[in-house]
Amino acid sequence: MSKYTEDDLREELKTKEYEYGFFTDIESETFPIGLNEDIVRAISKKKEEPEWMTEWRLDAFKVWKDMTEPEWANVNYKKPDFQSIAYYSAPVAVDPNKTLDDVDPDLLAMYKKLGISVDEQKKMNNVAMDIVVDSVSVATTFKKTLSEKGIIFMSISEAIKEHPELVRKYIGTIVPTKDNFYAALNSAVFSDGSFCYIPKGVRCPMELSTYFRINQGGTGQFERTLLIADEGSYVSYLEGCTAPSRDENQLHAAVVELIAMDDAEIKYSTVQNWYPGNAEGKGGVYNFVTKRGLCEKNAKISWTQVETGSAVTWKYPSCILKGDNSVGEFYSIAVTNNYQQADTGTKMIHLGKNTKSTIISKGISAGKSQNSYRGLVQISSRADNARNFSQCDSLLMGNECGAHTFPYIEAKNKTAQIEHEATTSKIGEDQIFYCNQRGIDTEKAIALIVNGFSKEVLNKLPMEFAVEAQKLLEISLEGSVG
Amino acid sequence: MLKINNLHASVEDKGILKGINLEVKAGEVHAIMGPNGSGKSTLASVIAGKEEYEVTEGNILLEGEDIEELAAEERAHKGVFLSFQYPVEIPGVSVTNFMKTAINETRKAKGLEDMPAKDMLKLIREKSEMLEIDRKFLSRSLNEGFSGGEKKRNEIFQMAMLEPKLAILDETDSGLDIDALRIVANGVNKLKSKDNAVIVITHYQRLLDYIVPDYVHVLHNGKIVKSGTKELAHELEAKGYDWIKEEVGA
Repeated sequence: MSKYTEDDLREELKTKEYEYGFFTDIESETFPIGLNEDIVRAISKKKEEPEWMTEWRLDAFKVWKDMTEPEWANVNYKKPDFQSIAYYSAPVAVDPNKTLDDVDPDLLAMYKKLGISVDEQKKMNNVAMDIVVDSVSVATTFKKTLSEKGIIFMSISEAIKEHPELVRKYIGTIVPTKDNFYAALNSAVFSDGSFCYIPKGVRCPMELSTYFRINQGGTGQFERTLLIADEGSYVSYLEGCTAPSRDENQLHAAVVELIAMDDAEIKYSTVQNWYPGNAEGKGGVYNFVTKRGLCEKNAKISWTQVETGSAVTWKYPSCILKGDNSVGEFYSIAVTNNYQQADTGTKMIHLGKNTKSTIISKGISAGKSQNSYRGLVQISSRADNARNFSQCDSLLMGNECGAHTFPYIEAKNKTAQIEHEATTSKIGEDQIFYCNQRGIDTEKAIALIVNGFSKEVLNKLPMEFAVEAQKLLEISLEGSVG
Repeated sequence: MLKINNLHASVEDKGILKGINLEVKAGEVHAIMGPNGSGKSTLASVIAGKEEYEVTEGNILLEGEDIEELAAEERAHKGVFLSFQYPVEIPGVSVTNFMKTAINETRKAKGLEDMPAKDMLKLIREKSEMLEIDRKFLSRSLNEGFSGGEKKRNEIFQMAMLEPKLAILDETDSGLDIDALRIVANGVNKLKSKDNAVIVITHYQRLLDYIVPDYVHVLHNGKIVKSGTKELAHELEAKGYDWIKEEVGA
């Protein structure tokens, strides 16, 4: 993954369509469609979960039944029929006690197509990876190296069995089941995801990474990630996502909870490339995600996201700055093309004194897409000397797309310092001609301009993934001008 | 090098160039002068291949090849360079990165490998010294926040990097103070050789004291109405354009 040269990049630029749109024919076990208490119980049973977990899911299901889908976001779509989705699907060949060598060769072939060579992952010493296909985690690398440092990195299903005390203590504390419609749904039916615990004072020596893949048709994916950085620890975590091209809309409703204890730092990066639907707006993934982190004293959480996929995105990675001197950051690039719609942003909740937050959002809209930034900066009455800086830049390509900014500011403390900057620009024909005149063709010129526009955020990504993200931006916007 | 025959061009159905004939040989410097709105910048854009302009009649030959059907970047690959009157800003893209992309795209079009980083650095060092450009300048975003003089100097730096066969300088003197003008002109003079050609588009005689033309043409109402040597530029400076308008009966 890290070995992309400029040439590879160019080579791949020639591919116009969504290149992860293939389907791998793996034998899968899929539950019947529909959602009721029995399905929730069946998922829990399938995963051999303890009683408390089953009950927790059932409580969430009860809450969810009485909730309605939120409608305040600036997106339009046909609501999914929650009774026509299968809530569990797993490749059959996965053995719960698997090691990498036992993984189904068809699955391995699929990763290869995705550009992930698990063998190579084993050798590369800077990235440990967990891979989730449809509903289950199929491979986690580097477990041994990590465990020597006391780091726990495994699928959440395994963690529920092996570290129930940790999971039980923290799950749902940052994103409560009642938080919102999709969080409640996820709590009831989540199938897998990643769990990570970094012990006190440990600096995680490698990037931790989870790769999510929806493979089966007619299924939803509901993963749950729980990441706990104990006092004074540090971790950098990355997730990537792809799905096959399908005519139907697939539902993805994830929950991510981060806990950064005193003096801890979590860097959480996402490269989201779910299938965006075709050029006419048919198909694509509904990406309804709740991500939130809690910062204790002097802690820092930094969210970086590159969102290029999905038909509809509804996502607001947030920070609760509870501890004094804690820091929250949100760096985002959201690209929409064709008929994609994105409503994404962040919430920075300042509770502690001297808390600081930074928001840099870059929205790029092309085709007939709609791209909205929605953000809340909230300063509580106790948060003396809180500071926020927000910058929202929009780049438009063509005349049929839209860029929207919805910044909300609530300050209840007079010492707060809040700055907000916003710009909107358009890729001009003059810019393109200037590049053309220097021998740079239009496609490459757009890539250059977009990369320049996104640079502040791309720079925040771990090196290994910055190049991949840059390439993704280029692919997502191909054919959008001229 | 460049041969233009009876060139007519229009933008949005409005005729701007109305029969231009011009021949520029390798090693020559031609100046094109003329009042505002006479079609000078249009001529530059049409040669460079800007899409909005439609050639309705005539042709443009570059080294004997009709370039009418070529896209702007293909013309650039063949050695056409335009120093813009108003260079655009590209935020977040450094001058160095932009030049690297331009050079490697041109090499790719010729079937060559990317220029090795070592050679690229050497080239940048050499050319920036020649144009007295501070290296810090090269890491700044392209034209963003540049002064008028910096923008023009950056254009000539790009010309130096790309080593074109035919360079068209569109009002390169506008916005330059006398020191900047001298540096830019010296740069152009150093880049001049028996194998390349330069077309200087300007309002004023001033630049032509530094970049001395072999021929001067006066453009009026989409046509070249008078051609001569550098003395013609002096005459224009002294008498203005009105006598030419009268002479051609416009």
